[in-house]
Amino acid sequence: MNIVVCVKYVPDAQGDRGFESDHTTDREGVDGLLSELDEYAVEEALKIVEAGEGEVTVLTMGPDDAATAIKKSLQMGAHKGVHVLDDAIAGSDSAATSLVLAEAIKKCGEVDLVITGLASTDGVMSVVPAMLAERLGLPQVTFASELTVEGGTVTIRRDNESFSETVEASLPAVVSVTDQINEPRYPSFKGIMAAKKKPVETWSLADLGVDASQVGLGAAWTTVTDTQARPPREAGEVVTDEGEGGAALAQFLADRRLA
Amino acid sequence: MSEVLVLVDHVDGDVRKTTAEMLTAARRLGEPSAVFVGQGYAAAKEELGRHGAAKVYLAEDAVYTDHLVAPVAELLADLVGRVSPAAVLIASTNDGKEIAGRLAIKTSSGLVTDAVDVQAGEGGVTTTQSVFAGNYTVTSQVGTGTPIVTVKPNSIGVEESAATPVEEAVSVEISEAARAARVTARTAKEKSGRPSLAEAAIVVSGGRGTGGDFGPVEAFADALGAAVGASRAAVDAGWYPHSHQVGQTGVSVSPQLYVAAGISGAIQHRAGMQTSKTIVAVNKDAEAPIFELVDYGVVGDLFTVLPQATEKVQEHQG
Ligand SMILES: Cc1cc2nc3c(=O)[nH]c(=O)nc-3n(C[C@H](O)[C@H](O)[C@H](O)COP(=O)(O)OP(=O)(O)OC[C@H]3O[C@@H](n4cnc5c(N)ncnc54)[C@H](O)[C@@H]3O)c2cc1C
Ligand SMILES: Cc1cc2nc3c(=O)[nH]c(=O)nc-3n(C[C@H](O)[C@H](O)[C@H](O)COP(=O)(O)OP(=O)(O)OC[C@H]3O[C@@H](n4cnc5c(N)ncnc54)[C@H](O)[C@@H]3O)c2cc1C
Repeated sequence: MNIVVCVKYVPDAQGDRGFESDHTTDREGVDGLLSELDEYAVEEALKIVEAGEGEVTVLTMGPDDAATAIKKSLQMGAHKGVHVLDDAIAGSDSAATSLVLAEAIKKCGEVDLVITGLASTDGVMSVVPAMLAERLGLPQVTFASELTVEGGTVTIRRDNESFSETVEASLPAVVSVTDQINEPRYPSFKGIMAAKKKPVETWSLADLGVDASQVGLGAAWTTVTDTQARPPREAGEVVTDEGEGGAALAQFLADRRLA
Repeated sequence: MSEVLVLVDHVDGDVRKTTAEMLTAARRLGEPSAVFVGQGYAAAKEELGRHGAAKVYLAEDAVYTDHLVAPVAELLADLVGRVSPAAVLIASTNDGKEIAGRLAIKTSSGLVTDAVDVQAGEGGVTTTQSVFAGNYTVTSQVGTGTPIVTVKPNSIGVEESAATPVEEAVSVEISEAARAARVTARTAKEKSGRPSLAEAAIVVSGGRGTGGDFGPVEAFADALGAAVGASRAAVDAGWYPHSHQVGQTGVSVSPQLYVAAGISGAIQHRAGMQTSKTIVAVNKDAEAPIFELVDYGVVGDLFTVLPQATEKVQEHQG
């Protein structure tokens, strides 16, 4: 079983995230890291391979520093990494991102499963998995909160507000996993040491046969025309309950016609 | 005037409020055409007309519900090819975003997700998003193809505008590839009788501070006619179902009023509620980060503050 896990390198949500003057994400001002939601994807791939056999390749598209996301995944136990790195990629929208990732997955050879997180923690679009499935012509079984792979079939459970569904498809397939699916492991000391020897390939757009005119800010189908920091919320009133706190709260709501 | 396609968000004909919001937004861009996929159109018909759907495309074949998202994307791609709409509006649900993603690739069109506003601008359709946990407002335009926009529930004011929709049954040859993912079982969740979280005008949420007793949270919610939400800590502890989690990896809400009880205000929680109009918190710890966001806060024990507030609200309602 060969699994490719897509992992994104994102600005830390704890930091002061913002934009550059060309409206692309500011990647200098805030530390980056492996999108936390992609740890669940790495963990699930490792569990599948550990229960049988095969290899986990982690794939990222991003600037130099994105190697950090690969490193963390290798420390967790992934076998090898692929980093698509090319200056022309900067500012890509979701369509271009999915194009580059799809071509990189094809170049990885025979792949049984592509696993992704449910969303990145910066763009939070939740569309890249569906776009990958569309581009690769593969079935998608997404937002999995439980997953089993057996005899060439992948079966997942998927929940929304109204339903709980079971969905299945034959391999190869694209899967996205939610944060309900498992508990990602921490890299062990052994894992950290082993990661240093694991192979990481760096591919350019030319290696993928993708023309630079198809990606990047200039080629984006969606253009950000303005980014504004939201004015900070005005400090509200905070009272300490000395027996009448609930009544005061009810009065506040009544005054605002909220109750 | 160009058509604007609105994919109806419904459960067996029970139309969600998001649909009325999208029809309202669609009227700013052109002539709204609702696309109704699945069963139960009879129940939905009046609601669609009331919000100005000039046309309804009806696709009732089971193929759309027996498979995940791909057939609906094929149907919409076919319609986009036929009517060259000014835009396609889809609800920002998990399914909606994925349908939009596939449609964007099929039609080589730009995509904006989680829009909180949609307007007709000089250079075409202009969208607004609230990003980075609500700390930035982003305006975008789609420069290629048909603007495909997923609209975040509860963000656009609904206006009625009566119309008698022309109905047209549509059927498309769905590819084998789109049938590849099969839904093999579907169980409906129990209804709580409370409003749905994403659409509720008021949400009362409980966190780890409830210690597992959501009684006071539910009672206050019921006094206010609110939906009940929960923090991830409460959900992970098994105190409340995951479908009620508010935040980055749960439901994202922007109600008129959000009440956080026993919730510290971690960035991932804030990401899902920071755009609420009015924010109220009850927390024992005066240093809790949630107090940085509030319009009104009470430092105190939720087990005494909420019941008192509930009683007063009920008295007030008389
Ligand atoms: C605040 C913000 C708003 C944006 N809004 C838009 C918009 O409206 N329209 C638009 O077209 N683009 C938008 N973008 C750009 C978009 O986020 C990027 O193109 C991105 O790479 C794809 O979308 P996502 O990160 O939201 O992916 P999601 O679809 O949320 O990611 C799902 C999964 O896909 C995989 N994945 C995604 N990107 C990568 C990657 N680079 N490398 C490896 N795996 C990856 C991961 O497994 C991830 O968990 C926005 C970006 C930001 C920062
Ligand atoms: C990738 C990722 C995604 C995440 N997604 C989400 C998400 O979608 N939603 C989410 O909520 N979290 C999410 N989290 C978790 C988040 O980081 C916090 O751990 C979580 O929000 C904490 O929940 P809490 O506020 O209920 O608990 P705590 O942080 O433990 O806070 C409990 C609060 O209750 C107060 N309290 C205790 N007793 C009482 C009492 N009797 N009366 C009043 N106050 C009391 C305490 O003072 C404290 O402030 C995510 C984390 C990660 C890493």
